[in-house]
Amino acid sequence: MATAAATTRAVGRDVAAPALARTRRPRASLTFYLFLLPSLLLFTLAITLPAVMGITLSFTNSVGFGEFQFTGLTNYVALFSDPAIRASYAFTIGFALVTVVLVNIVAFLLAVGLTAKIRAKVALRAVFVLPMVISGIVIAYVFNFLFSNSLPQLGQAVGITALETSLLANPNLAWVTIVIVTAWQAIPSALLIYIAGILSIPGEVYEAASMDGATAARRLFSITLPLVAGYVVINMVIGFKNYLNAYDIIVGLTNGGPGTSTRSIAMTIFSGFTGGDYAYQMANATIFFLIAVVLAVLQLRLTRGRSAF
Amino acid sequence: MTAQTLLTTTPGQVPVRRRRRFGASGDRPSWGATITLVVCSLAVFVPLYATLTMAFKTTAQSVDGQVFSLPSPLSVDGFVQAWNLTNFPRGFAISVFVTAVTVVGTVMLAAFAAYAIARNWDRPLFRWSFFYLLAAMFLPFPVLALSQVKLTGMVGLANPVGVAILHVMFQLSFSVLLFTAFIRGLPEELEESARLDGASTWMVFRHVVFPMMAPMSATVAIFAFLASWNDFMMPSLITANSTLQTLPVLQNIFQTQFSSNYNVAFASYLMAMAPAIIVYLFTQRWVMAGVTQGAIK
Repeated sequence: MATAAATTRAVGRDVAAPALARTRRPRASLTFYLFLLPSLLLFTLAITLPAVMGITLSFTNSVGFGEFQFTGLTNYVALFSDPAIRASYAFTIGFALVTVVLVNIVAFLLAVGLTAKIRAKVALRAVFVLPMVISGIVIAYVFNFLFSNSLPQLGQAVGITALETSLLANPNLAWVTIVIVTAWQAIPSALLIYIAGILSIPGEVYEAASMDGATAARRLFSITLPLVAGYVVINMVIGFKNYLNAYDIIVGLTNGGPGTSTRSIAMTIFSGFTGGDYAYQMANATIFFLIAVVLAVLQLRLTRGRSAF
Repeated sequence: MTAQTLLTTTPGQVPVRRRRRFGASGDRPSWGATITLVVCSLAVFVPLYATLTMAFKTTAQSVDGQVFSLPSPLSVDGFVQAWNLTNFPRGFAISVFVTAVTVVGTVMLAAFAAYAIARNWDRPLFRWSFFYLLAAMFLPFPVLALSQVKLTGMVGLANPVGVAILHVMFQLSFSVLLFTAFIRGLPEELEESARLDGASTWMVFRHVVFPMMAPMSATVAIFAFLASWNDFMMPSLITANSTLQTLPVLQNIFQTQFSSNYNVAFASYLMAMAPAIIVYLFTQRWVMAGVTQGAIK
């Protein structure tokens, strides 16, 4: 009985085993294991452990130190009815949506321009990519000055009353400044992806269209746009995912204000360090993590056909 | 399955073909498009121009907040004061330390792991390690921050060393992905012939594979550099002692002390952003190629 079962299993394994398995080297060299070990070890300590710890603590009433009890879903239930948390999610998601649309429109148009027959193409590309290498918080401080001094001066000079007071002090418009600075910094990477997308379109397609008398605008909307649609999707998902982490630029511009009108999700999570609601913000971080997972899965699915990320 | 398709692709290059796309008829470059783009590029230049002019003004001149006026007289007072006030040399040294550890650590760890994974893809341990390491792409820093700050504090890493380690960890996923795809595209024959000549796995890696990975190492290194040099979020939360902070965090710490000495503030901003701009000027090609590979490959 036992022998029969063992035989069946052995046969089953034999059939299932791919041809590769029988011809491969019997053991991987020890060096390969040593190559992999440091990454796995550090990763487990620095990423996996905090993740498990955070999710576990989100079900407790820990204040960050001392004893704590498991409180089940209490934190999560409280989160969903907390107006401050809701406001931070509404602000962050709204900001990310507006930014992703603005970034993609501008980046696409710039990419069309930068792949056209123009002068100083290399220099212009280098200029438009430059904002990518500048620290978010530092450039946010520069813009902070422009928004609170230069723009009001300009507003006074040309007589636009809406601009005479600083946008940063206006609870209804302060978010616009965050969109502008985030876009300023995020356009380069979207732009480079669009340039690659446009250059992957065979030139013959345009030549054929030109021969059929298609105008430049027609070629843009009937050839370029449909053929880079996949890149639009990639840019949208990657961008949205990044903008949800908004923190540095907001610190430099409004620091969450005026009031709490521009507090991002990251900012509310970090308030767990001081507010005594450590476990509560762990629960907030866990929800945020689930959103990040959904977006990452979406990104993987959307880019699978194109190979990787 | 996903990973198979993902890994069998050869490393890509940014297409360099230059063909006529829009606008201009014939082969002549379009002046209209060029001028439009030059005007648009002002959006990039205005904040940088403002930084430059403000930094070289005297405090008396900078107080009026006119960013577009040229400095008169040209003054380096702002730099001198910012240098002393923020203790720039120390901040710079700490930023360089964190960034250097991040760059070297990322390239080494990711190259080792990716080589082991790519050449042992048929072994489950290596295959699953790949997906395991990739999982950090799902985990933005804010999600882990609360626990990481607590843990780094407990083990005595609430300092630039801890920041550098975390920077490496957050760069690892993306870098292992890029390296693995790249190594799968390298011919194995060279490695086999080296092995037949008696080279060990380490020697094959050191003398055959790693040199061939140079272009991808450059891309990985530049991304690690930019992420680490410019980061504010992680050092500001992880490093407990404010005298051990990196340059971006120092701008935040001294924001109130700059008060209305705008020339000092802008000189300080300029000194914080200049190194990244200088590195970019020399490495544009790899920066541009890297973004495309990271997103599409």
